[in-house]
Amino acid sequence: MSKLGTITRRTFLFGSIAIAGGVGFGYYKYKQPHENPLELDLADGDTALTPYVLINQDGISIIAPRAEMGQGVHTTLAALVAEELDLSLEQVKVIHGPPSAAYFNAAVLEEGIPFASIDTSALANTVRNFIHVPAKLAGLQITGGSSSIADAYEKMRVAGAAVRNVMIKTAAARLDVSATKLTTENGFVIATDGQSLSYLELAAAAATVEPDSELALKPNPQWKVLGKSQNRIDIPAKSTGTAEFGIDIDLPNMVYASIRVNPRLGGAMNSFNAEKAKAMQGVKKIVEIDNGVAVIASNTWYAFKAVNAIEFDWAQANYPADTAAHFKAVEDSFTSDNQDSQFRDDGDVDAALEIADEIVSAEYRVPYLPHAPLEPMNATAWFRDGKLDVWAGTQIPTQALKEAAAITDLDESNIKIHTTLMGGSFGRRLEMDFIIQTIKVAIEMPGAPVKLTWTREEDMTHDNYRPCGIARFKAVVGENGPSAIDLELAGGPVNASQMGRIGVPAVGPDISIIQGAWEQPYGVENFRVTGYRVKNDFPISSWRSVGSSQNGFFHESMIDEIAHAKRLDPLQMRINLMTHHPSRKVLEAVADMSDWGSELPQGHGRGIAYCLSFGVPSAEVIEVAIIDGKVKILKAFAAVDVGTALDPRNIEAQVLGGVNFGLAAAISGDINIKNGEVQETNFHQYRSMRFYQAPAVEVRILENGDKVRGIGEPGTPPAAPALANAIFAATGKRIRELPLSKHIGFV
Amino acid sequence: MKINVNGQVREVAVAPDMPLLWVLRDELKVKGPKFGCGIAQCRACTVHLNGQPIPSCSLPVSAVGDAEITTIEGLGTPQQMSLVQQAWVDHQVAQCGYCQSGQIMTATALLTKNSNPSDDEIDTAMSANLCRCGTYPRIRAAIKTAAQNIRKENELKTEPIAAPEKIELALERDAS
Repeated sequence: MSKLGTITRRTFLFGSIAIAGGVGFGYYKYKQPHENPLELDLADGDTALTPYVLINQDGISIIAPRAEMGQGVHTTLAALVAEELDLSLEQVKVIHGPPSAAYFNAAVLEEGIPFASIDTSALANTVRNFIHVPAKLAGLQITGGSSSIADAYEKMRVAGAAVRNVMIKTAAARLDVSATKLTTENGFVIATDGQSLSYLELAAAAATVEPDSELALKPNPQWKVLGKSQNRIDIPAKSTGTAEFGIDIDLPNMVYASIRVNPRLGGAMNSFNAEKAKAMQGVKKIVEIDNGVAVIASNTWYAFKAVNAIEFDWAQANYPADTAAHFKAVEDSFTSDNQDSQFRDDGDVDAALEIADEIVSAEYRVPYLPHAPLEPMNATAWFRDGKLDVWAGTQIPTQALKEAAAITDLDESNIKIHTTLMGGSFGRRLEMDFIIQTIKVAIEMPGAPVKLTWTREEDMTHDNYRPCGIARFKAVVGENGPSAIDLELAGGPVNASQMGRIGVPAVGPDISIIQGAWEQPYGVENFRVTGYRVKNDFPISSWRSVGSSQNGFFHESMIDEIAHAKRLDPLQMRINLMTHHPSRKVLEAVADMSDWGSELPQGHGRGIAYCLSFGVPSAEVIEVAIIDGKVKILKAFAAVDVGTALDPRNIEAQVLGGVNFGLAAAISGDINIKNGEVQETNFHQYRSMRFYQAPAVEVRILENGDKVRGIGEPGTPPAAPALANAIFAATGKRIRELPLSKHIGFV
Repeated sequence: MKINVNGQVREVAVAPDMPLLWVLRDELKVKGPKFGCGIAQCRACTVHLNGQPIPSCSLPVSAVGDAEITTIEGLGTPQQMSLVQQAWVDHQVAQCGYCQSGQIMTATALLTKNSNPSDDEIDTAMSANLCRCGTYPRIRAAIKTAAQNIRKENELKTEPIAAPEKIELALERDAS
């Protein structure tokens, strides 16, 4: 049984300090809990036993304070608490809750440190723990980096265990029996003689009881909720049209807005003419906002139509004007003064290349990509009587609160951020742009709730994109595999671009440039990975799996080329090189699942790729057939290791979704720039994967890893290289540029 | 202007060229149909017009006339789901869920005409609907389960019922 010491417990629970007007919990020093945000807003009869559990006469609510954007996180987070409370998910309500520093994410920053996620050395762990301190002090409530589950795994179970503990202690006092004689089941504390008291009736008294200084968490074999596939709490509503996304918010006397901002991103607006728009049906007001103009109307469609009728004179953007110039900037970045990092430099690569008879080398390219979640950016804001309410699908609600306070000059206590369900994100909703715009528009319409919705065209052309990039490698290959690899990667610094926009300075090397390549646990005697930073002002951001989205493709295409250079089996060679046990097991699993090595019909091919991302080793095999010169994706196999599988069916969903997301971009994902403007404006030009293209995906989940890991992203990186490697196996054609459809057709 | 939505006649005063989607969403507060692209490329806005799946983002409301409009809300409710919706839950299809109203409307129209579709027929019917989360394999599985259950239900009836009546059946359940 795992024991948690006093300090750990107090970190996450309630240190009770009496303050005027009630009982508030905690203060802001590290090792001490953040204020419980639920305490600030309790109705009569509500009891907030920790920041994660709210009890009132309607029942028990669990706060799942991470963005639900499709990954099922609300269900799994609630399961962590419910397990320790001996409740089923049917017995609780799950809500996102208010923004609060108490919900800071410690795990998200771990990816940014220069240690591989599987590095368990004392130094790596020390740095990892150290990074939790600034994470806590910053109090950034953020969803990203597949970190939600790793971050919550202990603290939300502890929250559940603490509530159960004070319920038992309260019941013991009330029934005058020893706490050790009491058990919990279905929301009741039960005595050996059959007497029972419900959590609901115990809650108010339990709130005044201190939990034990040591709490035992349930050992895994006793789990009833965790480790079992749960019905996701949001799926009935999402299957009946009753789920409320940000775009569905409805308030009395609401008005509807849309906006057009300079498509030369970051560029100013010289002038605009809205005479025609002003006279259009349904238009209420036209306001200038941040390098653009918003129209407020009585219907979203009137707003769209009026925005389209405005004439604009846009200033230039501060980045290269077309796609070719962007790639030229990447090519020019392979210089020592642009070197950003060289975290891996094993052996002596230069010496090995110097004496080699033969060098395998190639250059690879990937384009800019949009996030393009299906729900376009939107938010609702209601500014009245010195108060502001904002409804938005955001991955950083504490940042939305901060921005709202800065814009309105209101005290944060007068601002409420309501985090809604999100119709996809893939990293897009880490941005504040649409929220800031909405608040500014609402200030122009005091008293009226304003819902601002972007057109798809605005959304596609005003994203913050996955950076384009180039990889170059040189390798020396012997009869058993590579003896030297020199891999150079040039791309934009995602973390600096993204964090810069929310005012968090990003110092030092940008891990996104090399992530998914430098830390791959292949043992190669001489192995160097160098990152080069491309500097320009085109806005870039995290796109599902971040740096691994391009580096997985670069690295695993390279490994495949190395294997084929000496006619080695690309899967067996990977197994032979692998130094990380769970990684070897996912490769073996995917070989087994795909019947790797068995004969295929003429014109078929199998490709293998592997990537360690966010601590999860993922191996994927894709089988293709070439039909009339075009590629048909027949089947995908994926094996992942999450350490501990908390909800197998949802993990499977995330992996199959991740595979398809990676394949969609690999086939046809491409963003181009002309005159400083993104050219793909809607789904007729930015083509995404269609139903008939999607292969069946078979998923196997392994649990050999050392700790629990998140799975929103790791399914994505191996998809593109597995597909490209399959096309090579089927056709002998090595495609070194994405999207693949530039070089081969798909059916 | 009067339109018939989920069996109810509703009065709307809007520009005749306003797409049906925005009449439903912003005027009538019927939020099941979703806005995704505005140019019939994603079909998150799919509703039935006399049983046919159409992209409501691209149909001017003035073209609707007295046709019967059915939205996802007209198929069933969380308490009383249609067989297609129930299959979506059984297979845990939805991830972000934003496209699923449209997917379910398209699948319902397919299964109303053909309760035993082949994989090719499913491909053809479903490929207009975009899903960015990549739930396609589970959609296929859910359609097959729904088809099976619809056939089973049809067999239980003494007389096979014609396709459009199936939707009315769902509507009756909703009203009860």
